[in-house]
Amino acid sequence: MTIDLKTIKHISKLSRISVDDEKAKKLEADLNSIFLFIEKLNELETKNVEPLTSIAETTLQLRKDEIKTHNIREQVLKNSPDKNKDFFVVPKVVE
Amino acid sequence: MTNIIDLTLVELVNKIKKKEISSKEITKAYVDRCKKSKKLNTFITDDFDNALKKADKFDKKPDFNKKLPGIPIAVKDLFCTKDLKTTAGSKILSNFIPSYESTVTQNLWNEGSILLGKLNCDEFAMGSSNETSFFGNVQSPIGKGLVPGGSSGGSASALSAKLTPVTVGTDTGGSIRQPASFTGTVGLKPTYGSCSRYGIVAFASSLDQAGPMTRNVKDCALLFEVISSYDNKDSTSVNFKRANYSNKLNKSIKGKKIGIPKEYRAEGMSKEIDELWQRGINIVKESGAEILDISLPNTKYALPAYYIVAPAEASSNLARYDGVKYGFRSPGENLIDMYEKTRSEGFGDEVKRRIMIGTYVLSSGYYDAYYLKAQKVRQLIKNDFDEVYKKVDAILTPSTPTSAFTIGEKTNDPVSMYLNDIFTVPINLAGLPAISIPAGLDSKGYPLGLQIIGKAFDEQNIFNIAYSMEEKINFKNEIKSWWM
Repeated sequence: MTIDLKTIKHISKLSRISVDDEKAKKLEADLNSIFLFIEKLNELETKNVEPLTSIAETTLQLRKDEIKTHNIREQVLKNSPDKNKDFFVVPKVVE
Repeated sequence: MTNIIDLTLVELVNKIKKKEISSKEITKAYVDRCKKSKKLNTFITDDFDNALKKADKFDKKPDFNKKLPGIPIAVKDLFCTKDLKTTAGSKILSNFIPSYESTVTQNLWNEGSILLGKLNCDEFAMGSSNETSFFGNVQSPIGKGLVPGGSSGGSASALSAKLTPVTVGTDTGGSIRQPASFTGTVGLKPTYGSCSRYGIVAFASSLDQAGPMTRNVKDCALLFEVISSYDNKDSTSVNFKRANYSNKLNKSIKGKKIGIPKEYRAEGMSKEIDELWQRGINIVKESGAEILDISLPNTKYALPAYYIVAPAEASSNLARYDGVKYGFRSPGENLIDMYEKTRSEGFGDEVKRRIMIGTYVLSSGYYDAYYLKAQKVRQLIKNDFDEVYKKVDAILTPSTPTSAFTIGEKTNDPVSMYLNDIFTVPINLAGLPAISIPAGLDSKGYPLGLQIIGKAFDEQNIFNIAYSMEEKINFKNEIKSWWM
């Protein structure tokens, strides 16, 4: 299977990464060589194999549902690229 | 007296405890040396002034019951450090200051250690040569123009150049063991679940593990017992009894069964690597271990499966970088435009490539063909190991298919770069522990490593085998100071 430019543009949309035409061409070549390599897996018969979803041999632990106060609002907001008082600012969403 | 920077971690700890040396003396020796190391580009952020202050503070009120009393240490810039910039080698996090500390680094400070600074790495730990960092590639002290390996390349370079006594890296597909192999140092990828992932910038959550990188096996065992802990802040952290690995080190490996997997003798393995492997086999044999030929039939499918699983998890983990709450933002005409420009400008090429592979294999209509398939292959790879571990105690292989290559040599061909991890990736997929130890030099004089793979949570056993081999190999890492 091959990945064409149209697919590259589609993946670019899905991953929210804008890609210009020149970059898209380079990605097309790179991704095709990577998928050629990945498709070696098709040689393997896996119909009756259970997928491995977690390597940790533990069941998820439950913890108490309690409120913890860290008082780090200032610190968290300090990392924001754009803020107004206690709010994160983004481009206008609702017209 | 020996130079401070030539002492091992264990020696430093002993000297501090005997009051033969102060934390300030050690820290100053390292800070002075680090300041002369600009050419290596190992540090993204230094914390030298603070380190000297902390050393002073330690000396005024020393606590010799700690495991790392007053010992300075630089760590990979993938660990969040409270109030100190943490970048993951990316433009998108180039101004990020965490409000919390990773569990692994907290464990270091709890045992008396002092932060020297944050070490360069491939962007989001994606790379095998430390050439994808936004902060520039790292130079190996082994030779001018050589890569240190990656993604923990800054860590490996700093460690072998003696800019830090020991260091901590992370390993998703080989990112500790491959750079350790390239720089003549020791690196452990612990069993998945041994070291908490809390506060480590996530790449592929089902594969990521933090681990120690050191100059010898004993230091490695000591550092591992400090950083390994059960942590309820990481849902995959495993609650088991951690041992005093360094105290229990034992060189006697008589009667141990060590497996040699025939599939690792891959197509085109160089004669040098093959000979290095044979020497390793002879060494454990002389020590009384029993060698068994084994088969891990699905080995060749590990790397292709990894290049589905790791990018898929990365594309999900990296969805959080949107330019809203922290990190770099590029202005846009509207919200979507802002997201797309931020991510396009904030991520480097390799990271974007992997996000796009991951997005594709998880996208509607392709999930079963790629992601589900890869998870099934992962099961087969784990089954291979489960089967051979009925017969052997550990497995011995080369760490990497080649020695260090030159900067720029592999940057244009992603697949050739990925092949660096051919011997290390299966271990991450199976969640097992593995250690790389320096085992010799190639014809160019560059270090080569051997890898010992253990059963899950059987780190003590691979430490012991490594400890026994280390004595017989007697590797000397002669680093010239051309870069100072």
